[in-house]
Parts: sequence; C-alpha cells; structure tokens
Amino acid sequence: MTAAFVAGADASSEVPLKRRLKRAERTRRLKALALILPLLLFLLFTFLGPIAGMLWRSVDDWEVRQVMPHTVAALADWDGKDVPGEPAFAALAGDIRTARDAGTVAIASKRLNYALNGFRTIMSGTARNLKTLPEPGNAKDTLIAINPAWGERATWAAIKGASGPLTSFYLLGALDLTRNVDGAIVAAPEEQAIYRDVFGRTFTISLGVTVLCLILGFPVAYMLATLPTGQSNVLMIFVLLPFWTSLLVRTCAWIVVLQSEGIVNDSLRWIGLIDEPLRLIYNRFGVYVAMTHVLLPFMILPLYSSMRSISPAYMRAAASLGASPVTAFLRIYLPQTVPGIGAGSLLVFILAIGYYITPALVGGAADQMISYFIAFYTTETVNWGLASALGAVLLLATLLLAVVYGKLVHGQQVTGGMKN
Amino acid sequence: MMDGGMVTTAQALVRFVGVQKTYDGEHLVVKNLDLDIKKGEFVTLLGPSGSGKTTTLMMLAGFEVPTHGDIYLADRPIKNMPPHKRDIGMVFQNYALFPHLTIEENVAFPLTVRKMPRSEVKERVRSALRMIKLENLAHRHPGQLSGGQQQRVALARALVFNPQLVLMDEPLGALDKRLREHMQLEIKQLHETMGITVVYVTHDQSEALTMSDRIAVFNDGIVQQIDKPDALYERPVNSFVANFIGENNVLSGTVENIEQGFCRVALASGGSVVAQAVNVAGAGAATALSVRPERISILTDGQAPDGMNALPAQVQDTIYLGDHALAVLKVAGNGEFMVKLPPGAHAGLSHGQSVSIGFRPEDCRALDPV
Repeated sequence: MTAAFVAGADASSEVPLKRRLKRAERTRRLKALALILPLLLFLLFTFLGPIAGMLWRSVDDWEVRQVMPHTVAALADWDGKDVPGEPAFAALAGDIRTARDAGTVAIASKRLNYALNGFRTIMSGTARNLKTLPEPGNAKDTLIAINPAWGERATWAAIKGASGPLTSFYLLGALDLTRNVDGAIVAAPEEQAIYRDVFGRTFTISLGVTVLCLILGFPVAYMLATLPTGQSNVLMIFVLLPFWTSLLVRTCAWIVVLQSEGIVNDSLRWIGLIDEPLRLIYNRFGVYVAMTHVLLPFMILPLYSSMRSISPAYMRAAASLGASPVTAFLRIYLPQTVPGIGAGSLLVFILAIGYYITPALVGGAADQMISYFIAFYTTETVNWGLASALGAVLLLATLLLAVVYGKLVHGQQVTGGMKN
Repeated sequence: MMDGGMVTTAQALVRFVGVQKTYDGEHLVVKNLDLDIKKGEFVTLLGPSGSGKTTTLMMLAGFEVPTHGDIYLADRPIKNMPPHKRDIGMVFQNYALFPHLTIEENVAFPLTVRKMPRSEVKERVRSALRMIKLENLAHRHPGQLSGGQQQRVALARALVFNPQLVLMDEPLGALDKRLREHMQLEIKQLHETMGITVVYVTHDQSEALTMSDRIAVFNDGIVQQIDKPDALYERPVNSFVANFIGENNVLSGTVENIEQGFCRVALASGGSVVAQAVNVAGAGAATALSVRPERISILTDGQAPDGMNALPAQVQDTIYLGDHALAVLKVAGNGEFMVKLPPGAHAGLSHGQSVSIGFRPEDCRALDPV
C-alpha cells in the first residue's frame, strides 16, 4: 500500500464525514434555536421592532407627500431660486381642495408648521377661502390674493423641504440645527435651540451621578469585599434593599425627606442650624441625591465583584516588597479594580441618561433631562418625528459610549489573573 | 532540645525571644518560641498544618503581631514595625505576582517603591531576569506564564532589592513533583551564590532535608527539635520528630534499667532489646523505640552477632521499589515494621515466612512513649 493510496482514501472519506458532522450539528443547532426562539421573538416584537420603528420615524416624512401629492410632484424640479410657476400653484390649489374635502388639511399643515411657524394659519385660511378651483392660468394670482405668503420663496421652500420621502429635519432639529431657505444647514433660531442644552444637562447630571456613585460606592464595595462572608452578606442585603422597592416609592420618599417641611429641614431647624428651610428639592440638588440613591447599587455590585477577585495576598506582597499602604493601594489594588469601575460607571451613566421619573418628580423646570422632552413630544404634542429623533441621538450617544468602553476593556484583557 | 542549633546572639540576624501568639485568646498557636537564625543561613520551619510554622513566618514578615515576646532583626526589635519597613523579601505560596503588571514591572516594583533611579532599576531588573533565565519574557503578563516560570519571577522579585532576609511560604506547593525538585536545587543554588538568609516554610520533609542548613520541626506550637538535616534524621530527640522525618519503626515497651546511656527495654509482646536511652524518664517508664528501616538486617542464619538485638519476625509483604526493596514485617505486635533491603534481596522472602531481624543498640533510640 502506497502513501498516495492512503492519502486518496482519506480525501474521499473526508467529504461524507464532513457532511455527516454538519447533519449531526444541524439537529443540535435547531434544538438550541428552538429553545431561544421565544425570547428571540419577544425581543424582536418588544425591543428591536420598536427601536427600528423609532429610527424610521425620525427620518420618515409622509404627511405632505400623502396629502398634497400633486404639489410635491410639481415642485420636484423646482430649483428653489424663485417662487415657482403657475403649474405648482395649480397643483397646490387642487391638492388643497381635495384635502379639504377629505378633511386631511390639518395633517399636512401640522407638519408644515414645524418647518415654518404660522404655516397652519396659511393652510387653514387658504383652504377656507378657496371656494372653487381657480381658472386655469389664474391659480397663482388667486392664491397670492388669498394669502400673500404664497408669493414668498420661504413658503414654497418649506413645502419642498417637507415633501419627503425621507427628511433630516427632525434629526437636525434634535441637534438645534435647521435648513435655511437655500437648503443649507444652519443653527436654529435661538428661541428654538434648546436640545443641545438639554443633552448637555442630561450628560452633566449623568456624569455627576456617576462620579457621586463611584465616590460613595467604592468604600462600600471595598468593605463588602474584605469583610468575612457572614457580615458581608448582611450588609449586601442593605445594598440590595432599594432594588426591592419601586422606583416611584423611593423617589417619593425623597420628597418626604427633602421638602421644606420634611425630615431634613425640620431636624436642622430643631438643632438651630437654620431659621428658614433650605431648598433641597425641586432643584438640581434633589435630582443628584435621588438619582445617586437609586443608582448606587449598580455601581456597588460590579465594583464588589471585581474586588472580590483580588486576593489579599497582593497587598501583602506589595507590603513585603516595601510599598506603604497608600502606595500599595494606588499601584496594586486600584488598577485591578479598573474593570469594575468601568463596568459600574458605564452602567450607572447609561441608566442615568435615560432617567425620566426621578428628575420629573424631584427636579425643577431647569433639571428636566432628555427623556422628559421625548415623553413630552410623544404624549403632549404628538410630534413623533422629533421625539424619535431625540431618542435616536440618545441611542447613538449610548452606543458610542458602549463601544468606547468595550475597546478600553478589551485593551485591558491581557492578564489571566493569579495562577493556582 | 536546642542542642547543636544554638548560636550566639552576636551572630544572629533574627531572634525570637519568648514569642507567643494566640488568635482567639484561648489557644496558643505558637507557644513560647525561642529561635535564632544566623546570617547567611537557610532555615526551614517544618511541621504539619496547624503546627504554628506559618504563623511564625507571618510574625516575622509583619503580617501578624506576637501576643507576647519579642522579635529582633539585626538586633532591632521589629514587633511594632510595619511590614513595608522591615526590608524582608517574601515569596508567597501562590506567587502573588501582580496580574496587571508585566514580568518586568513586577520585578521592578520593590525598586520603584524605593524611588531608585530609573537607570539602576533597569539594570537590576535585567540582571535579576537573567539570573532566572526569563529575559525574553520580560514583557509578558503573569497569567501568560507557566507555574514554574511564575515561581521564578516571584523569587526574582523578592531578591532584586537585596533584602537582609528572604521568607518563603511553601513556595513550591503548587508545582508538580519533577518541577518542584528542580526548583529546590535552583533555590539552593541561589542561596549559596548570593549568600542570602532564608527562612523557608514547608510541610514536605524531603524538601526540608534537601535544602536546609537547619530545620526547625514544629508541632503543636512548639519547636520540637532544631538541627542539621542529618542530625534530625539520625538523632531525633522525641517520637514526633522520629516519626515525622523519614520512615520510622516503632516498638513499644517498658524500661527495665539504664546503664551508661543505654537501656534495656522489655517489649510488650515479650522479649527485650537494648537501646540508646535518649528520652526516657527512668526505670519502669513506658517508652517508644525508634529504628530506621535501613539500620535493620534480616538474619539469614537466625543468629545475631554479639551485642546485636535480635527479634523474631513474620513476613507480611515485600515491595519492590527499583533501587531498593522493602520488606513489611510483623515484629512484636507491630504489623507495619519496615526493613530496607538491597534490590533483589526480597526474592527469598514469602508471605507468612518466619525470619529473624537484627539491629545494633546504637541504631535503636528509646524515646518518649507515643
């Protein structure tokens, strides 16, 4: 038997073996898939689907396109340099008449009003006053006679800008940007430019809460990790206790504690430290206190788990090698808790930027975070586009942070810990 | 008990004076320890777990405080000195290499905390890594090294700052047998070439015998005997040491009389032997005789030469061990009486066979009863 023959036999039997392996694996894989299928479907319908829908709504621009299809078509070739010609006016007049009969004028005018303040009045006035379709060739004059705004470039630019099918209007709006008459991206007018401020506030509060949680949580986690198991288990119950109470109850409890007739103010007055009640709630202070309290366990738990894995032998080794307790802590202990600090901070920060109820209950008007505005636009003014765009920007910022964190942690993962 | 191991105060680098330690206020883990360690000496603290040897080491390192007594390092009391000021290098059981630092940074750590100039740190680290033959792994992290390599790094880190004393707490416990034996020789060589003083803790008696200048055998918080390895093996002063170090055969009996350092002992099962009176209370006292397996011969003609003890025995089993063989005999009621034989000599013995054994009175030590 030659070597070539043996090799050939191997090669011919390899194919069926591979196929058999695949077949065997396939059954197993299908079984595994069937097990996670309920969760997958659940996530798809409750999580991925809504997120995709939200992202779509932040760029979707359907109202004008649906209500005024002829105007949109007529403006397709408009260069935007001057007021469009007669055909566009004729199409507009036709569309408004149709919309008026169908009762859909309000849909389009609401969308157009976002783009140009006062458009709602122009639309409703025009719809009301346009009794009949204008004579052919006379549409321009008729409409301008009803409302001189139709003779302005900006009015038409607004329609053109809202003609879809996709728009950057909401996303730009969420970043305090807008398009001017010429379609260039410019800063939004000052009285409308609030979202950068709100995002800034959201990130400032979240960062502040994260830092407070770290400062307060680190010693607690250290104590939990170094105490004997029996005692640390009892303490752990106190750390976890807030988890067992509803967020709403915890936040309301802070109102009781911090309000001007609350426990803190009463005690301070009783001691005689103050005469007038301190303003502890419905301001930034209240927001920091309540949010830090609610989010503290999310910092303590990752810190605790990272500290638990640090053998006390390291500190002893550092001491025996001549490091003072402070040096040993800074150079040996602290660096090993970095993964825990990173995980805890990321967790707290990401949870904090989405906070809504707590700032809404214990914060003042100037302490409302981005979620408040998202809720406002979805429930109060039903401006889904802007609400979705704000959500999309928030989602993007969060994902970016998660990616940065992932990169940092991955760069750290070169050690295998202590070998036993 | 300390005979042969006593050193004068002037030479001692480490001195334990009447040291006691208790954790719970009820039981003494270390009872009245007096121990002197010379400069350049390799002293092993040997004993079963819970005998107080690790506690003794931890008190020397500064991680435990003596309940009573004093410890002197180079004639300075160090009882209240924090560990980082003691200038003692330590190798831990699980190496305790810092996982977030590279090998190079680990070895440099004791130098950088001493604020040594950077160029000198570099030079010392390089020569330390050359010493342990791991220069090419300088930029690896400890997790990427094998157990033996980590052990060598831990050694280099404990030696690089030239401490006046190096402590080792069962440093080879986590390694496999072959590697452990190799590392024993390596540590011994380091000790000899560098002239360092080492206090080494182990529960492995062969490790202690291989490496040490002197061994302190701990049991029950007390140093049972401190001596050179050969003295410890050949001349144990009590039954615990005789049993703990090496193979030992025990015969129980009662002392009949003592004469010129030798005593006649009546065995419980009848018959009598002559033994060195090492640790017996006097005539009439119970005693445990200790005979090493290699000091016993099987008498082919059943007749013992003059002055030699002879006892009847029954063969239980023979064990072939390559370079030698063991015969397990039943002698005076002891069914695990071992006799070491040259290879091949076990062939003539069969189970149940009656033989006679002989040993010299000088090789039989009458010790405290077990």
